[in-house]
Amino acid sequence: MTVLTFAALTLREASRRKVLRALAVLTVLLLGLSAWGFHTLVTKEFDGAQLTSGELRLIASQLLNLVMFGLSLIAALGTAFLAGPTLSGEMESGVALSIMARPIRRSTVLAGKWLGLVAFGGGFVALAGVAQFVIVYVTTGYWPTSPVTGLALLAFQTAVLLTLGLLFSTLISPMASGVVAVGLFGATWIAGVVGGVGRGLGNDSVAAVGTVSQVILPTDGLWRAAMYAFQDSTALLQFGGPAVRGGFPFLSDTPLTAAYLAWTVAWTLLVLGLAALVFRRRDL
Amino acid sequence: MNAVWASGLRKRYRKRTAVDGVSFSVARGEVLGLLGPNGAGKTTVIKMMLGLVRPDAGEVMLLGRPVKDPKARAEVGYLPELFRYQPWLTAKEVLDLHVRLAGAAVPEKERRDTLGLVGLGERTGDRVGGFSKGMQQRLGLAVALVARPQFVVLDEPTSALDPVGRADVRDIVLSLKERGVAVLLNSHLIGEVERVCDRVVILDKGRVAASGTLEELLGRSEVRLRLEKLTPEAEARLAQAGPVSRDGETITVALTEPGVDLIPDLVADLVALGVRVHAVEPGRVSLEDRLLDILGSDR
Repeated sequence: MTVLTFAALTLREASRRKVLRALAVLTVLLLGLSAWGFHTLVTKEFDGAQLTSGELRLIASQLLNLVMFGLSLIAALGTAFLAGPTLSGEMESGVALSIMARPIRRSTVLAGKWLGLVAFGGGFVALAGVAQFVIVYVTTGYWPTSPVTGLALLAFQTAVLLTLGLLFSTLISPMASGVVAVGLFGATWIAGVVGGVGRGLGNDSVAAVGTVSQVILPTDGLWRAAMYAFQDSTALLQFGGPAVRGGFPFLSDTPLTAAYLAWTVAWTLLVLGLAALVFRRRDL
Repeated sequence: MNAVWASGLRKRYRKRTAVDGVSFSVARGEVLGLLGPNGAGKTTVIKMMLGLVRPDAGEVMLLGRPVKDPKARAEVGYLPELFRYQPWLTAKEVLDLHVRLAGAAVPEKERRDTLGLVGLGERTGDRVGGFSKGMQQRLGLAVALVARPQFVVLDEPTSALDPVGRADVRDIVLSLKERGVAVLLNSHLIGEVERVCDRVVILDKGRVAASGTLEELLGRSEVRLRLEKLTPEAEARLAQAGPVSRDGETITVALTEPGVDLIPDLVADLVALGVRVHAVEPGRVSLEDRLLDILGSDR
């Protein structure tokens, strides 16, 4: 029950802090811009003719992935900067002192905060994602192949990053933990793109960069699997060519494997466990 | 039974020893004062006692349970030296949260009364973020008191308070004592400690420099009197209270027994014997002098 108390408290904190307003503004801005973009895409003539339905599906797939990347970035930034201050900020300011002097275990507090943050990140991804799908559907008539799987994977990506943020939050200062988590997220994404280029060129050692980084921090692997769920596979087969074989950052040729999903779950539990261990031993 | 029993507490931060073999106990219903200069290790001792800091060595029993068991803190109220509460919650919400975490069943009215007791009755619905330091410390006091604790730890409870607030804290501690709640009070305001504490532990450089009841620490008390129409019977009554010495018009009686009624009883008896009493001045070594003495001899 105490876990739920802390989950609810974390959600209340998120809703009352300025971070929620910043998230909302960024999201509305991104959704508005994408609505404009998609509308222009349908009505504009290229080389004297409008896009064929096949071309439109391919471009809509890519653009949807691009916008969803923007959303996932907002979700990642938001939760990482929420996860950072939530523990280290409370330890630094002294809020943790009176809380931890209550008859509760530190692991309970950590689990509650984690649950609250996952609910927050997941809720954001679901809400903003569905809004984006509707925008794309209304403007271009494109609906993602597996929207629920894709959104679930994006939510999981957010959960992975905020778990890492929580671990850092037990070790370093509030701001640093947010910055490091987001920095690693970006670095893994770039490594994923580099790996994709390697695969496109048939260079195994360059391709390995992406694979290794996706194992170390599973955010990029989940992101690629989510893109795969959003994009139109028939259009890709028709038009894709080498670009689909990993070379283009906003198209994916890799669906989620059961082994990778299992590893990601294990990774998340491992990092959360490590955070609990560090937090339990930490002097307040 | 003791509210807290700590034995051989030790804590090092890197190369610096913060606490070095501190043992003490607080009996139920007792008010213990923790005194000492800055950096003596008082706050670290308190944090180890509450399980917030892991001691390198030593043991703590809190309300009959080892401190490693979170249930030991079920009936503990704590006002930290660094008092900060969730700025995005209202005063009432902070109290509600702490009642829930303590697992106590405290009715709504009692929570409101607690906020009223610390002078925040009018601010229950205001966000803590807009509170001054003094108001946050008052809120901290309410948090420490709200879940019907059996043991209250107040670490510098008046550091941000005005003189009225300090008097309020003194009254609150005295009323806790009346209700049989044990209190550990860490304060730089020695007068405050002297007025409310039954026993005092003085820490210096991480060790217990002295401890005991106020009488034990301060020695015997005395009373200086200016009297007229002193009869032999009255002199006998004075001698009965303790050794008498004269310095001009002033008679000093070194009281042999401790007791709060000793001086009023003596004065009543003298008046009954027809003595005219012009001045009564109870005196003893102040705790401040004694503290400086103990810390000075240690250096």
